Amino acid sequence: MSQRDSIWRNMDKPLVLMYLLLMAMGWANIYSAAYDPEHANLFDRAREYGAQSVWIVASLLIGAAMLLVRGEFIRNLAYPVYAFVLLLLVLVLLVGREVNGAKAWFGVGGFGIQPAEFSKFATSLALSSYLSGLKTLKEARSRVVAATLILLPVGLIMLQPDTGTALVSAAFVLVLYREGLSGNILLIAILAAILVVLSLIMKESVYSIPFTGTEVHGQYFLIFLLAVFCLLIFLFVRKFVLKHRRKRIYVYLLAVLLGSAAFISSVDHLVDRMPAHQQTRIRVLLGLEYDPRGFGYNVEQSKTAIGSGGLLGKGFLNGTFTKYKYVPMQSTDFIFCTVGEEWGFVGSAVVVLLFGALILRCIQISDRQRSRFTRIYAYCVASIFFLHLMINVGMAIGLAPVIGIPLPFFSYGGSSLIGFTILLAILVRLDAERLEVLR
Amino acid sequence: MNLDERKYVLIGGVLFICVVFVLRLFWIQVVDQHWAARAADISERKITVFPSRGLIIDRHGELLVANTPVYDIMVVPREVKGLDTLGLSQLLNVPMDQVRERLRKAAEYSVWKPSEFEKQITAGQYAAISVQLYKYPGFYAQSRTLRTYPPHVGAHMLGYISEVNARQVERDPYYKPGDMIGVGGLESYYEKELRGRRGVKYVVVDVHNNIQGSFNGGEFDTLAHAGKNLYTSIDLQLQSLGERLMQHKKGSIVALDPKTGEVLALVSSPAYDPELLTGRVRNSNYRILQQDSLRPLFDRALQAQYPPGSIFKLAQAAIALQEGVINLNTGFPCNKALVGCHNHPYAANVEQAVQFSCNPYFYQVFKREVEQGAAKNRFEDAALGLAKWKTAMESFGLGHPPHLDLPAVKGGSIPGVSFYNRIYGEKAWSFSTIYSLSIGQGEVLVAPVQMANLAAIFANRGYYYDPHLVRAIGSPDSLNMHVQRHHTMVDDQWFPPLVEGMRRVVNEPGGTARQARIPGITVCGKTGTAQNPHGKDHAVFIAFAPMDDPKIAIAVYVENSGFGGTWAAPIASLCMEQYLTDTITRPDLMQRMLEADLIATEGNYTKFVSKRRKQ
Repeated sequence: MSQRDSIWRNMDKPLVLMYLLLMAMGWANIYSAAYDPEHANLFDRAREYGAQSVWIVASLLIGAAMLLVRGEFIRNLAYPVYAFVLLLLVLVLLVGREVNGAKAWFGVGGFGIQPAEFSKFATSLALSSYLSGLKTLKEARSRVVAATLILLPVGLIMLQPDTGTALVSAAFVLVLYREGLSGNILLIAILAAILVVLSLIMKESVYSIPFTGTEVHGQYFLIFLLAVFCLLIFLFVRKFVLKHRRKRIYVYLLAVLLGSAAFISSVDHLVDRMPAHQQTRIRVLLGLEYDPRGFGYNVEQSKTAIGSGGLLGKGFLNGTFTKYKYVPMQSTDFIFCTVGEEWGFVGSAVVVLLFGALILRCIQISDRQRSRFTRIYAYCVASIFFLHLMINVGMAIGLAPVIGIPLPFFSYGGSSLIGFTILLAILVRLDAERLEVLR
Repeated sequence: MNLDERKYVLIGGVLFICVVFVLRLFWIQVVDQHWAARAADISERKITVFPSRGLIIDRHGELLVANTPVYDIMVVPREVKGLDTLGLSQLLNVPMDQVRERLRKAAEYSVWKPSEFEKQITAGQYAAISVQLYKYPGFYAQSRTLRTYPPHVGAHMLGYISEVNARQVERDPYYKPGDMIGVGGLESYYEKELRGRRGVKYVVVDVHNNIQGSFNGGEFDTLAHAGKNLYTSIDLQLQSLGERLMQHKKGSIVALDPKTGEVLALVSSPAYDPELLTGRVRNSNYRILQQDSLRPLFDRALQAQYPPGSIFKLAQAAIALQEGVINLNTGFPCNKALVGCHNHPYAANVEQAVQFSCNPYFYQVFKREVEQGAAKNRFEDAALGLAKWKTAMESFGLGHPPHLDLPAVKGGSIPGVSFYNRIYGEKAWSFSTIYSLSIGQGEVLVAPVQMANLAAIFANRGYYYDPHLVRAIGSPDSLNMHVQRHHTMVDDQWFPPLVEGMRRVVNEPGGTARQARIPGITVCGKTGTAQNPHGKDHAVFIAFAPMDDPKIAIAVYVENSGFGGTWAAPIASLCMEQYLTDTITRPDLMQRMLEADLIATEGNYTKFVSKRRKQ
C-alpha cells in the first residue's frame, strides 16, 4: 500500500481524537452512574458498565474495520445499506422485542439491537448518494425523492413508536437547506414554531381587546395582534413604498395574516385533541405548569443533580444524587446529569464544547471535500450530532422538551454507540480519500 | 445564489447552542445555589442522636427519677401508599379526620422528611402496634425516652421536663424546637449536666429513603454524650414518709444533715405524683393542678415565707447573750401585760425561758437588744440597735436566700432600719413599734428551709453549711461537694445552754413539745405558733437529734393547724426516728398523723390525686 493510500496517514486525527476522548469520558460516566462497589470490575456483566465495556470494544473493532473499507465500495453500497436497514425496521415491527411499549429491539443473546440507530448513517449515505447526483434541488421531483428517502425510515420508526429517534431526522432538513432547499421553508418553520409557542402560552389566559371591552381567549388575541401588526405595515407601506410595488406586498401581508390565523386555530384544535399526557408535557416545558412529581419531575431532578455539582463537581464516583437513583433514566437519556454532578461546571462545559468542536470539525471536513458525496455526508454527520447535542443536553438542563434520544458516546446502549461509530468511521474513511477522489 | 454560505447557518447554530448551554450550566451550577440546596435537602438527612438524660438517685442508690422508652410514630408522606385510613385510625386510636389532617400537615412540611404523626406511645401500647405497623408503608416508630419516677415522690424538688418554648430556643442556640428541657427543681437547676450533649449524624439517603451511608465519611458527625447522673443526699425512705405524714395537710418538711448541709428530705404539701407531669397527659394534668385552690404546684418548702413564731426566740436569745444584754441567769417575770403568754412557771434563766417559750421574757430580751443606750434619742437608739440585731440575725442564714441548688428559693425577710423608715418615716418608730419581732411575729418572714437550717446551727452549736441536694455529679466517687461553712456572729460558748433549753422543750415537764420524744434518743427542739390573719395559727417545730451527735436537723411547718406541739412536733419526731433508726416504734402516733385531715373542706385536689395514684 502506497503512502498515499495509508489510512493511518490520511485520516483526520483531530476528529478521531475527539471521538476517542468522548467515548472514554462516556465510559467513565456510565461506570460512575451504575457503580456498585461489589461489582467494581469494569467488565462485570451484572452492571450496565459491564455490557457497555463490551459494546465499546465492539465499536472500536467495527470502527477500525470500517476504516479499511474503500470509499468506492461504501458509495456503491449506499442504497443497499439503506434498503437493508429499511428491511430491519420492517422486521423489528414484526418480530421485535417490546421494551417500554416500543417494538424497537432485536434480541441477540443477552444483548439487544436497535435498528433505528442504524437508520441514521444509512439515511445519510442514501441521501448523500442521491443529492450528489443532482444538479439542483429546485425540481419538484427531486424534492419528493429526497423527502421520501428521509421519511421512509421515519415512518417505520414512528410505528414502533419511537418519537425521539424519528425526530432526529429533522437534522436532514439542515442538509437539504445546505444543498439548496429554499431558505423560506426554514424561515417559515421557525416562524411557525414561534407562533405555536406563543399561542400555547397565550391560550392560558383571557385578554380584553382595547377600547371594545370584549374579552377573548389568548389565541384569538394573538390573531388580533397580528392583524394590528399587519395594519401598521400596510399603513407604513402606503406612505413610504412606491405604488407599483405595493400590490405585491399587500398580497404577502394578507397571505401571512390569513395563513397565521389558520395555523393558530389549527394548532389550537390539534393540541386540544392530543392525549392528556402529551398536553401536560408541552405545558410543563413552556413553564405553564409546575409539576415536579409528574412530567416535569425528571427535568427537575436532572437540574437538581447538575446544579448540585457546583463549579468543580463532587468528583468521580461521588455523585450522590445520581448514584442514589434520584434521576430517572440517568444512565441513558439523562446521563448528562452524572457529568454535571461529578465534574461540575468545568466538566460539563468541556463536554458541551467538545461536542461543539466535533460538529464544527465535521463542517470543516465537509468544506474541504472535492467529492460532493463526501461533502454532503459530512454535513449529515454534523447535523445529526448537532440535533442530539441540542435535544439531549437541552432537556437535561431544562431548555428542551423531554425527548428520549441518547447523548452520543455517553448514554448507555450498544446500538447507538455502534451506530455513531460507523457514522464517524465512514466520514473518516471518505475524508482520508479526499485527495484521490474526483467525483 | 452561493449555497456555500449556507453552512454558516449551521455553524452559527452550533456556536449559539454551545454558548447558551455553557451560560445555562454556569447559571444553574455556579450562580443559582437553589439547585444544590435542593439536592442536599432531598438526599441528605441530619439524624439527631438524643443522649439519655441523667438519672437522679437518692443517698442510698435508690432511683428517684429514671427514663422509660416511649415511641413516636413518624410518617414520610412520600412513602405512604394505599393508606388504610380506617385501619390506622383504629390502630393508633386517632380519629379519622385527625389522621387525614395530620397527614396533610406532614406533607405540607415536607414530603421527603419524616414528621411526627403520633407522639409518646407507651411501650405497652407499642407492643400491639408494632406488629401491625408494616401494613402502613411510610409509617415507622422512633423511640425516645420519658421521665419516670419509680417511688412517685419529690415532685417539687425534682421538677419535670417539657418541650422547649420559643423563647428558650431563642436564648440558647443548643435547643431546637421539640427538644426537652428541665422545668423547676433539680431538672432545671442541673439541666446542663442532666441533658448531656446531642449527637448529630449526617447520612445520604437514596430515592427510596434508605440510608446509603454517612455524608462525607462522617466528617461532620458528632457523638452523643449521655447526661450525667445526679447523686443526691435525699433519703428516699424519709422523703416518702414525710410526704405521707403531710398528706391532707398544707405545709412542708425540710430535713438536713447538720454536719454537711445535705438535704435529706424536702416535702411540700399538698404534693402530687410527679408521674402526672410526664408524656402526653402533662398538659391536661398541669392545668388541673394549676387551677386547684390548694396550689399543689407551689413549693412551700422553698417558696413559702412564714412568720417563724417562737422558734425565732432561739436566735434572739443567742444574739442577746453574745451582745451581753442578758446573761445565762437573767430572769424576767411572765408579765402578760406586755405580750400574751400561756401559763407556765417563772423563767429564771435562759434555759427555762426557751423551755417555757415565755413571750414576755423575749419581749424584754429584744427590748434590751434594741435599746442599748447608744443614743440619747430613743428613736435613734432603736435604729442603731435594730441595725446591729439585723446583721447578727442574717448570720443565722435568715433574710437572704440560702445557697441551695434549686431554682427560685425564697429568702424570707429580716426587717431593718430602712424597712421601717420606709413605712413610718425616719425617727418615727421605736421599740414599741417593732416589739412583735421579739417572738417571731410581725414583719419577719422565714422560709422552711431556713428554719431547718436554724435547727442545724443549734445542732452544730454555732455554724452551718450551705444546704444542698446534690452530693456528686456523674459518678458517686467523690460524694462531698465543696460547700461553704458559715459561722454565726454568736460565740460557740452561748450555744450549749440554749441547746439544753431545747432538750427541756422536748424532755422536761413544762416543755412545749413532749410529743416529739423518741424512745432512746435525746431530741432537742423548739415549737412555734405563728398567728395568721387568714385563719387558724400556723404550727412549726424545729428539732435535731441525737443531742450529742446530731445526725438530722428538721423543720416541720403545718399551716392552720394551731399549736406547734400538736401536729408539727409528732411529725418531726416520726421523721427523725425513721431516719435515725429506720423503724417506727409508735404505730398509733403514726396512724393518727396519717389520718389527720386538716384540709378536708378545701379544694378538690385530694380526690384528684388519690384517683390518679391508683392508676
